[in-house]
Amino acid sequence: MKFLYLIWGNLRRKKTRTVLTLLSIVVAFVLYGFLSAIKQALTGGVSLEGANRLIVRHKVSIIQLLPESYKRRMQKIPGVAAVTHQTWFGGIYQDPKKFFMQNPVVPDEFLDMHPEILLPAEQRQAWLQTRTGAIVGRKTAERFNWKIGDKVPIQSSIWSKKNGSFLWEFDIVGIFDGREKNTDTTPMFFRYDYFDEARRGGTGQVGWYTVRVQDTARPAEVAKLVDAEFENSSYETKTEAEGAFVQAWAKQIGDIALITASILGAVFFTILLVTGNTISQSVRERTGELGLLKAIGFTNAQMLALVLAESCLLAVLGGVIGLGAAWLLTSHGDPTGGMLPLYFFPARDVIAGFAMCVALGLVTGLLPALQAMRLRVADSLRRI
Amino acid sequence: MSAPGAGDGSLVDIRGVEKVFHRGAEDIQVLKDLNLEVPSGEFLALMGPSGSGKSTLLNLIGGLDHPTRGTVSIAGERIDQLSDHRLAAWRARHIGFVFQLYNLLPVLTAERNVELPLLLTHLSKAERRSHVATALEAVGLAHRAKHYPRQLSGGEQQRVGIARGIVTDPTLLLCDEPTGDLDRKAGDEILSLLQALNREHGKTIIMVTHDPHASARASRTVYLNKGRLTSEPTD
Repeated sequence: MKFLYLIWGNLRRKKTRTVLTLLSIVVAFVLYGFLSAIKQALTGGVSLEGANRLIVRHKVSIIQLLPESYKRRMQKIPGVAAVTHQTWFGGIYQDPKKFFMQNPVVPDEFLDMHPEILLPAEQRQAWLQTRTGAIVGRKTAERFNWKIGDKVPIQSSIWSKKNGSFLWEFDIVGIFDGREKNTDTTPMFFRYDYFDEARRGGTGQVGWYTVRVQDTARPAEVAKLVDAEFENSSYETKTEAEGAFVQAWAKQIGDIALITASILGAVFFTILLVTGNTISQSVRERTGELGLLKAIGFTNAQMLALVLAESCLLAVLGGVIGLGAAWLLTSHGDPTGGMLPLYFFPARDVIAGFAMCVALGLVTGLLPALQAMRLRVADSLRRI
Repeated sequence: MSAPGAGDGSLVDIRGVEKVFHRGAEDIQVLKDLNLEVPSGEFLALMGPSGSGKSTLLNLIGGLDHPTRGTVSIAGERIDQLSDHRLAAWRARHIGFVFQLYNLLPVLTAERNVELPLLLTHLSKAERRSHVATALEAVGLAHRAKHYPRQLSGGEQQRVGIARGIVTDPTLLLCDEPTGDLDRKAGDEILSLLQALNREHGKTIIMVTHDPHASARASRTVYLNKGRLTSEPTD
């Protein structure tokens, strides 16, 4: 710590240059924070949602429907503990910008399958008793200022009612919260029996099934059995882990991890050059001063540490400010108003970001530090 | 501020020293079979024309360079055999440097500049402060402790340089043209200060200078010409 003022003094030597370099590091880490939040929003379910759940969908694509009768057949497959289904409703509230997910489900089965959805017992009861009832996540309820007892109109882009209207009305009977931070509280769920009876086409067909396996160590085996059950039928299935299913949705945009890694790679490579150049220039400019330090007794190792500490201080300072700013900016939640419900800067990425700024400091400082270490005192003192 | 001596022998004992620099295919012999003894408590002036090897000799005495041949002993210790790492630690303990261009760090205040050599010791912060205050007091700059080098005159900057040189109470103070960048008045003040350090505090000083006026303040003057020492100036 006693060397800190020396290190800090060197950074203050050319204030404009230091501030500009610092700002470029800050911007890089803010960008890193944003991209981490976006990646989390698009792929977050993969690693965190129940590993004991499988998704069964049509083998051709997610938009192909499956018979509702498959449920009973699946329940008989060894290793299957529970089965429920959902269907993509594709509705909007008032205008296309007010998009969020709404799916018809079988309430009891659905809530038992998804313990991460927290719904008070009386609201659960009300849902079971109200045919047009729907439950909505806290985030969406707050977004539209919906309260229990409200009647909300939703315009479906896929499903029409028997009278030809695409406008559906639901009674809000419950508002659910998430057990975990990454539980999505933007969707609305309504009763499948009401939906199936009222829709004009597709009766008796559902979007996909969620299957809970009895033994979490053997989900692959169960998935194979499910697909084998419906092999060579008109509705062949593809069974995969719930996480992979969520990721497949995100991959409609592209390989999110690859996109974010590519952008960050380019940004950090540029920052590496900018910071490296700043430190190198700073060391070259004070060759005589470094020679003086060696003359009064600083060892080669201390010279190496001194320059590395300087580059690390710059990188960590910029990194911490950038990570902090990213944390603050992303803490307000989804900036798209519902498209990215799991939008937040994960703690593991904050820790990784901190490690990255230390690494940035070490890498950018290494070459100038080695130069400082190898300085010949007698030669460098002549360069004053 | 008493310096440890070499017992009954000389504080500085240089025997048969040669220094050869290799420049491409050419070998340049700067010092030739040089012998020098400096007793403890002496103020020695080292004079000679440019390129005569004065600074090279000072570097060898200060452990900044190794001789090509011969031995350099300071306070009884052969420093020509020390590794770079041990030599750095030895310099921190035994040598104080004063340079022609002061070599102060512009980003640090006078007291922080003086404190630099103490960072390599195990002294506490309070002890370091106390040593710095004593050194600045000794050079008459206690009132300028918080000033940056740019806020000080040339003479004051050199005083800070001297305070930095003596703050660890080194065995030997090596001064390379300490008045070379100062006007006559400021130069005289610096020479008086060095003289006082030598006479009142017993500090052993070796000073390289071009200036006969400066060498007159020393207790002995030796001359270096074409790599050889003489007691009289040569043309």
